[in-house]
Amino acid sequence: MDTTGKPIKKGKLTVFLGSVAGVGKTYAMLEAGYDKYMHGNDAVVGCIDMPKKTDLATLLCKIPILLKGEKAKESAAKIAELDIDAVLDRKPQLVIIDNLAHLNDTAYRHSYRYQDVQEILDFGIDVYTTMDIFHVESLKDIVEQITGIKGQHTVPDGFIEKAELILIDVSQDEIIQRIKDEKIILPQELGQNTDDFFRPGNINALRELALRYTAQRVDKQLSEYMQEHDIKGPWPASERILACISPSPFSTQVIRAARRMADALKAEWAVIYVETHYHSPQNEVVYNQLAKNLLLAEELGAEIITLTGDDFAQEILLVSKRKNITQIVLGKPAHSRIEELRGSVVDRVLRESQGISVHIIPGKSVTKEKQSIAVYRSLRQCRLFPYTLTLLLVVLITLINKYIGFDLPNIVLLYLLPVLFSGAYWGRGPSIMASLLGVLAFDILFVPPIHSITVADLKYLVSFVIFLVVAVTTGTMANRLRYQAELARRREARTAALYSLSRKIVAETEMGGILRTVINVVCENINGEAFIFTPHDNGELSINAFSQGFQECSLKENEKAVVNWVFEHGRIGGRGTENWGTSQGLYFPLKFEEKNLGVLGVNIAEAELLLSSEHRQMLEAIANLLSLAMLSLQLSADAQQARNLAQSEELRIALFNSISHELRTPLASILGAVTSLLEGENIYNQVDRQVLLQTVNDEALRMNRLVGNLLDMARLESGMMQLKYDWCDIQEIMGVVLRRIQELIGERKIIVDMAQNIPLIRADFVLIEHVMVNLLDNANKYAKAGTKITIIILMVAEEIQIGVKKIGEPITGIDRDKIFEKFYRSKSNQQISGTGLGLSICKGIIEAHGGKIWVESTSHGGNSFIFTLPLDDKIPPQVPTGKEGDTIAR
Amino acid sequence: MHDKGARVLIIDDENQIRKMLKVALSAHGYETAVASSGQEGLNQAAFFHADIIILDLGLPDMDGLEVLKQLREWTEAPIIVLSVREMETDKINALDSGADDYVTKPFSIGELLARMRVALRHAAKTDDEPVLKFGELTVDLSRRQVMLEGKEVKLTPTEYDILKNLVIHAGKVLTHRQLLKAIWGVNYQEQAHYLRVYIGQLRKKIEPDLTRPRFIITEPGVGYRFLIKE
Repeated sequence: MDTTGKPIKKGKLTVFLGSVAGVGKTYAMLEAGYDKYMHGNDAVVGCIDMPKKTDLATLLCKIPILLKGEKAKESAAKIAELDIDAVLDRKPQLVIIDNLAHLNDTAYRHSYRYQDVQEILDFGIDVYTTMDIFHVESLKDIVEQITGIKGQHTVPDGFIEKAELILIDVSQDEIIQRIKDEKIILPQELGQNTDDFFRPGNINALRELALRYTAQRVDKQLSEYMQEHDIKGPWPASERILACISPSPFSTQVIRAARRMADALKAEWAVIYVETHYHSPQNEVVYNQLAKNLLLAEELGAEIITLTGDDFAQEILLVSKRKNITQIVLGKPAHSRIEELRGSVVDRVLRESQGISVHIIPGKSVTKEKQSIAVYRSLRQCRLFPYTLTLLLVVLITLINKYIGFDLPNIVLLYLLPVLFSGAYWGRGPSIMASLLGVLAFDILFVPPIHSITVADLKYLVSFVIFLVVAVTTGTMANRLRYQAELARRREARTAALYSLSRKIVAETEMGGILRTVINVVCENINGEAFIFTPHDNGELSINAFSQGFQECSLKENEKAVVNWVFEHGRIGGRGTENWGTSQGLYFPLKFEEKNLGVLGVNIAEAELLLSSEHRQMLEAIANLLSLAMLSLQLSADAQQARNLAQSEELRIALFNSISHELRTPLASILGAVTSLLEGENIYNQVDRQVLLQTVNDEALRMNRLVGNLLDMARLESGMMQLKYDWCDIQEIMGVVLRRIQELIGERKIIVDMAQNIPLIRADFVLIEHVMVNLLDNANKYAKAGTKITIIILMVAEEIQIGVKKIGEPITGIDRDKIFEKFYRSKSNQQISGTGLGLSICKGIIEAHGGKIWVESTSHGGNSFIFTLPLDDKIPPQVPTGKEGDTIAR
Repeated sequence: MHDKGARVLIIDDENQIRKMLKVALSAHGYETAVASSGQEGLNQAAFFHADIIILDLGLPDMDGLEVLKQLREWTEAPIIVLSVREMETDKINALDSGADDYVTKPFSIGELLARMRVALRHAAKTDDEPVLKFGELTVDLSRRQVMLEGKEVKLTPTEYDILKNLVIHAGKVLTHRQLLKAIWGVNYQEQAHYLRVYIGQLRKKIEPDLTRPRFIITEPGVGYRFLIKE
């Protein structure tokens, strides 16, 4: 269970168990709670069912009550409702919750109160609660046998197992007296049958049941305690029980019986369902019942085994051997007489069980259940079309036989064809019909006397029997082959779907693609809608992907609560599950180990149906695949981030090295020159002093340029560099640049070669100026002494191209690719000072303008740094001629 | 008033800058006073009767622009602001709010002295001289005539107006706004590209090398300045 963000230690559950209503469970519970409260524990009352006349009130007003509304203290109705969120917010040490078997409102988070209690326990809060023996799931049938009344809202045994049981018991006379005084609340299931139910015999039987149940529990707890503490004792040989179920409603009784046996024997138990061609659910109603049966088994704590196989009995025995089963529980067969001819499953299991005890549970006939069985059978068989076709086939064969006129043995052989066909394509029913029709047609139309069912020669009777045996056997075999092929096909389809999904997912590199793929696969497999919730950074869930036609607004608030619950708890929830079973959708958590990644939601089109276990398993497999894919994507993103971090770490080191070196060098020169001047004023003559001062001046300017570049870089990196677009004249920019670098360039000549009619461009004047200054500074540093630098400005198609050309060592290979990277310094130029920032700043600025920058080298030692600036679509706005005589020369 | 012996008030929060300016300006014959905050600067300005004020825009106690505006409420003494390179908007705002010129940190003392001399000269100017001479270039304001190397240069009325505005304030920076307002009126203050076009034309007529202008230089992002050789 997922316990992220919650205390690991779970709360302790104490159940005050009563044999029947009215034994004073609630009173005893409140007393115990009050005792705790008086001893300084933080105990609150969560909810209490108040009978009409009661002595509870005096006790109740002594303990704080947690109410839905603030001022609802007097209202008994309010006390009867539990507000689970209020409890979780309040976080008391102990909460008192009456009537564990309570059925919640449909709009409520959980269907049953015990699910609320489970959640409260998960939060580490202790719970005191009450229930009647009447409501223990595994005792449901026994209680029904004793009292004739079926408990509807039962609590699974697995849940009660975790609790400490305190049995509350009083004499039958006392109970009957209390009923007369209206001091108790009667179970909802009773309706008008109160007097019937509270017969002394019933009461005593229930009391005995409660005592036995508690004794068993105590015994179990004792043995567990002994085991845990390694106390030696006479341990019974470990028993394993296997309950065999079908999609029939009878199976619930088998499951409960197995559970009781498992309890009594302290045995492990499992429930097996074998899907064979006899028991293959062929419609949704049957699927639904099967899903319910399996769910019940799961709730009662059984291990679930579902298999597909050919032979029910064989599979059961195989599993039994593999799992060392000692006891098998079966339902009494409800097969037709024909099926009994070939031996019922029960018989065959009995015959071959060898050392395994087999228990047969009698199917208790209830009219309602019979009806549902009838529906189940009729739905299974109601397929007229194959029978019609079979009939036509037999007619066709008859016509062929009639007109071609074969001899009798060939005619019989031909009649086997429809049997084979219908067996292979439509199943057993049509094939049996085909064989019967075949015999009939053969008898009446071909065996003398013709047109009469009577047979002249008795030897034909033998032929009929042989024909029938051959036909039925062939038909059954064909049918079995067909069924197995069908099963194999379905299994293969499922495997193939999962396989192709996993392949598709692997191929996707971004989350959106993965989610879309999964949605498509889910929709191919179920008739309905699918959607996926993923969490934001702030932890809130939102729909990230959904199938066509799905509308987010169609999800009700209640559904969203389910989604959140599934996400937080990492457990399956929604329709047909034990959590939020009444909600519309079915929700699968996407999680891996402790990491919750999202929720896969499914809305099935037919509102009444549950999803078959096969589909549910498939969806679970898909959810697992998706979780893995999402996780691996997340991990690779994390890895990328780590790589980026490492890279930026590298950059930072480069920056430190570069800056410490580049800033210290001019500082050293300045300090050196200044200290010389300060200390030895009279040593230096006028010329020396001038040289020293010039050094200080030059180096200070160098530092200023460096700081400027660092600031530019920082602004580019942080995205704070915003272009201030303005109409600029390239010529004007050149004017400013040349003026600025005059001092730097010294004697070197710079030639500007500018094409005519270059229009104004939209650019950031100051930044383009920075680019030019950097390029010229670079050119000056790397150009051979005495050579000149040429600036060429051209208009090429839709852009302006500006090149700075100089004579120097040609730039080649790696240098050429990396020269614009931050802090990259060419190995061959290590002796020339620089930070490796200038060109990367140029690149940043030019690219921000939508231009390009590159370097071209010629073999005879010329390097050109060229950049382009796009010409804006917009024509420079009209300039007013304004005054008389103004003419625009451009 | 002669600029030698003029009284300079230095408002800057950095001790090193104040000390350096005090020494350098004193050596050049100025009488100096210093203030380390905006408030102190405002007080000092009233007592000291400064002829020129050097104001750092980045002050700790109040916005330099605010100091500038308060000073301008009562004094017409030229104000030169100190600013850093990237803050073009600050410079423009200061100039449009009444500063006479700016110097970008880090600056050379020569640059500052030149700006101060121009500002003081303009402040002292009483009557307009009709003929202004700048090396090879002569502008006769009374006759609207421009002569380059002895030859007359034909200018359109707009070109002439721009040139006239620049030469009248020779040595001083004029922001785009100031120029646009003077030539086209208040409604055209944002149309900086007008200037790019006309200055380009003007330069073609008076500058021999357009990429190395002698007379009209561009102050990037701020405006134009008519250069004077000293």
